[in-house]
This record gives sequence, structure tokens and C-alpha cells, in this order.
Amino acid sequence: MKRAIVLDFVKDNVLVREKIKKWLISIIRAVLLIGISYIILLPLITKFSNSFMSVRDLYDQTVKWIPRNITTEHYRLVWKHMKYPVTFFNTFLLTTVVSLLQLFSCTVIGYGLARFDFRGKNLIFALVILTLIVPPQMILIPLYLNFRFFDLYGLLPGTGFNLIGTYWPFILTSITGNGLKNGLFIYIMRQFFKGMPRELEEAGYIDGAGLFRAFFSIMLPGAIPGLVIIFLFSFVWQWNDYIFITLFMGGGAFLPQALELVANNVIIEITGGAAPTEMQGDQYTSLLNNTGMILVIAPLLILYAFMQRYFIESVERSGIVG
Amino acid sequence: MKLNKRFRVTVENRGKIGGYLFTLPFVVGFILFFLYPFVQSIIFSLNKLSLTTEGYELEFVRFDNYYYSIFTNTEFNQAFVETITEMVIDLPLILAFSFFAAILLNQKFKGRALARVIFFLPVIYSAGVVLKMEQNDFVTQLMKESNINFMFSGEALQVLLKQTKFLPDAMITYVLKAVDNIPVIIRSSGIQILVFLAGLQSIPVSVYEAAEVEGASGWESFWLITLPMISPLILTNIVYTVVDKLTRADNELVLLIKDTAFTGRGYGVSTAMATMYFAAIAVILGIIFKVFSRYVFYRE
Repeated sequence: MKRAIVLDFVKDNVLVREKIKKWLISIIRAVLLIGISYIILLPLITKFSNSFMSVRDLYDQTVKWIPRNITTEHYRLVWKHMKYPVTFFNTFLLTTVVSLLQLFSCTVIGYGLARFDFRGKNLIFALVILTLIVPPQMILIPLYLNFRFFDLYGLLPGTGFNLIGTYWPFILTSITGNGLKNGLFIYIMRQFFKGMPRELEEAGYIDGAGLFRAFFSIMLPGAIPGLVIIFLFSFVWQWNDYIFITLFMGGGAFLPQALELVANNVIIEITGGAAPTEMQGDQYTSLLNNTGMILVIAPLLILYAFMQRYFIESVERSGIVG
Repeated sequence: MKLNKRFRVTVENRGKIGGYLFTLPFVVGFILFFLYPFVQSIIFSLNKLSLTTEGYELEFVRFDNYYYSIFTNTEFNQAFVETITEMVIDLPLILAFSFFAAILLNQKFKGRALARVIFFLPVIYSAGVVLKMEQNDFVTQLMKESNINFMFSGEALQVLLKQTKFLPDAMITYVLKAVDNIPVIIRSSGIQILVFLAGLQSIPVSVYEAAEVEGASGWESFWLITLPMISPLILTNIVYTVVDKLTRADNELVLLIKDTAFTGRGYGVSTAMATMYFAAIAVILGIIFKVFSRYVFYRE
């Protein structure tokens, strides 16, 4: 009789301990997650609240997060000086073209490296990795010169065409999988296709599908999660890129360039060219920059919000494995 | 019709033709838009380049540009050492954090989807021009400075830690630096978390179940199952992090290379620097592969 009670007590004790352990773990986890999320979201929140502050609030020590005098004046000024509708449209068009082309080319190349056995496969894969580890700055100027005097390396007559200021440098590098960070995309797609069962295509071939049919109607639909990742990355990086866009397009017709100049232009308008007063100093510059950054990032955040469901799902299924 | 027939011939043929066909775009692009400029850039580094209306002119100067970058120009050596040091400090931290975060995000809990959305946010907002603007931003700089005073590298704590003499000074400095760097580490771990998370999910549940039946504790199955299974991804992430840290546009040396190209000694020196830098990156990656591939476990 006594023994049964002791046993019961031990059992209860174990149960209680298990419960406490579970509780502890989830509390610790929640604290960690909230802490990390805070650090990640902090710059976004700061920028956002900053962009609605009046200049008075900016220099008021008691105002930290919530602006006392909300104003949309900065947005009006920044919008105007970035020529937002025009630069947005330009950037959107170029980025969409580039990321669709890269999506296509990197998928095709990744599939080629994942599924076929042929001589030189490992060499080509090594070259893909090579394009990833060379700093883009190293080939910037030869690349510029080649597109400035584009004669297909002597194949075309004359001094060649000037492709600078057109979409061509972007189109040509994207369609061949040599654009910005494309090595990474090819790598991801290769891993992705490697994770898909070979039987899928085999069955297709037996049923009489050709190479392209097997790729487009059997493999591609199964690889949609991977495609989502590639498209999102490619879009984000192209949207934010200022190195290649400055090199190939010049001028200021795109968002990254407009963003870099906007604070300066706004201050010039306000002061009329005179030296900025203290109220228009560094903090004000930073406020204008923050407002501009919100305008640049906002479309990306909206895109991410739409795609995040597929994106998170694709993480589950992607199998980006060594 | 004829073409179609040829493709269907045999299984081996299909492999060869398909392989070349699918990778052809890359090979063409690689030769035209990478290899050619790459070789040209090495040639430029041995020359003095001047632009003319009809193109450019080269004047062969042998290794002058290299001598100049290493011996005359002190900026290069300094930036080089600083960049590499920073990478060495951040690499273990980024790896540890992203691994830890991936394990956290792989667990089942309420709000997991939201947590994942937030953790990958830095990939969206911390890139390209925004990153560059942040670097130069006045308020960000200010916050950074005040953070350093505010956080653990506060002098009092530093002195206190050093007086206790439990740990060597170098270690204390490292830990304090690491703590200050937490926001940077967290914000540059997005892709690494993604890779680890995908890897964790590719480990079949049955392996863990079998271990549990055999009486393994959670701790043991972490060291004997999770870690070996994910080791190829640790290598992938090391390589990605090293490359990302060393070639991203806000990196000091990359900025120096870019600035040198358009000012001062001009493009020859800039390419000489870039060539040496690239060689260093290649050597570093080579060493990493050599050292780590011994510890990597492959399932197949």
C-alpha cells in the first residue's frame, strides 16, 4: 500500500518536472526569439518613425520613438527630388526583366549541372564557383570598356557599338547566368534539382518526352519553391544594386542613384545654395536618407509579404544540401 | 522532327547532349563576360591605362603597380589586414549564430512562421545601396558609438574582467568585440540560416526515432546525428560567409580598390590590388577546403 503511494508520488513528480522543463524551454525560446526579432526590426522601426518626425522633434531629446508633430513633409520633398514615379518605374522595369532572365538561365544551367553526366561537368561547376569568389570590382572596368566599344571581341566590324546606357549589358550577362550573384543561384538550383527523384524524368522519357519536354513540364513544376527563392533574391539584389547600374547606366534615372543624391538635393532646394544651418545639418540629412530608404525598401517589403508564404514553404522543401 | 529523333537516341547520348545544351549559355557568357574581362584586368594591372576618344591606350610598366600598392601605398596593406581580421572574427560568430537560429526556427512552436519571416528580413533590407547608405549615415554612426559605451565593452567592465585574470586579455577583447557586434552578426546571417534550416529539414525523422529507440538522449543525437548530417552545409556556409564578407561592397578593401580606380594612380594600381586580393581570397578558400573537408561527412 505504502509502496503504491510512493510510486504514485514519483510518477507525479516526474510529470511535474517534465511540465516545468517544457515551460522553461518555451519561455527561454520566446525571450530569445523576441530579442533577436527586436534587433532585426530595430533599424526598420527607427527609420519609419524617424521619417515622420518634424525637424523640431528631431532635436528634442524627449522624443525617441513616437513623433510629437507628425509630418509628411519629408516624404513630399524626397518623393519630388527622387522623381519617385519615374525612377521607380525605371528600376521596376529593369529589375523585372533582369530577374526573369536570371531566373530562367540559372534554372536551366543548374538543371544541366545537376542531372546530366558529361565530360567537363565538374570543370563547369568549378567555373560557376569562380565567378562567385572574384570580387566584381576586379572586372568592372574591362567589362565597362567591352560594352562601351562592343564589337564581340573583334567579330563585328568597326570600333563597335556603344551599349552603355542601354539594357543590353544587363540582358547579355543575365541570360548567360553571369549576372550579379548568379553563381549562387546556379548553385542553389543545382542542389535543388539534385534533391528531386530521378524516376520523375525517367518516367517522362519512357512515355516519349524529349529533353525539353521533360525539363519544362515535369521538372520545372516540381521546382517552383526553388524558383521562388531565386526570383526573390535576384529581384532584391538587382533592385538595391548601385555598382553595375552606375557603371552601365550612368545618370540618375534609377532608385539607388536617386537615393544617394536625394538628401543633398533637398537641402540645396531649402537653402537655395547657401551653407546649411544647424537645423539642416547631419541629423536632417540622415532623416532625409531614412525617408528615401523607406521609399526604396517599401516595394521589396511588399513583394516579400506576398511571397513569404511560398518562400517559407520552399525552405521546408528546398533541400539546399551540400 | 529530325532534331527530335536525334535527341531520343540513347540514354548516354541524352546525358551528353543534354548536359552541353543546358550549360552552354553559361560557358558562352563565362568566356565573354567573365574570363575575357578577367584576363584583361590582369593585363591592365601590368600597364598604365589612359582613355582616349577611340578607346584606351596601354603602356607596359611591368610590376610597377604591384610594387606601388604594396610598398609605396600604405593604405592597401592596412585595409587588407583589417578586412581579413574582421572576417576571421566574424566568421565563427555568424556560423554559430545561424546554426543556433536554424535549430530554433526548426522547432515547433506558436508563431513559427512569423519568426521565420522576421529572421529572413535582413536579406531584404540589408543589401546594396541601403547597406552603403547606412555605413555613411550620421545617426547610425552615432548609435554605434553610443552602443559601444552602453554595451559590455564599457571601460569599467573591461577593467574589471581584465583584473580578475580568469581569461587571457586577447580572449576578453574578442568576447567584448563579439558582444558589440551582435546586431551586425544577426543581420548578416540571413542566407546562412536559410541553408542550415533547409539542411535540418532534410534529415529524415526516422534516424532520430531509431536513435531514441536505442536509448540515445537528445544531447547525444545532436552530436552524433545532427552535426555529422549537417557538416557539408557547415562547409557551404563557411565558404559563403567568407566570400560574402570579403567581396561585399561595404568592405574596406573593396572600397579602396574602387576609389583607387577613379582617382589618384588610376586603374592599373586598382587592378593590381584587386588581383592580389583575389589571389588571397582563393588561397584562403583553398586552405578552408583542405582543413574542413576532412571533417565533412557525406551521406552518399
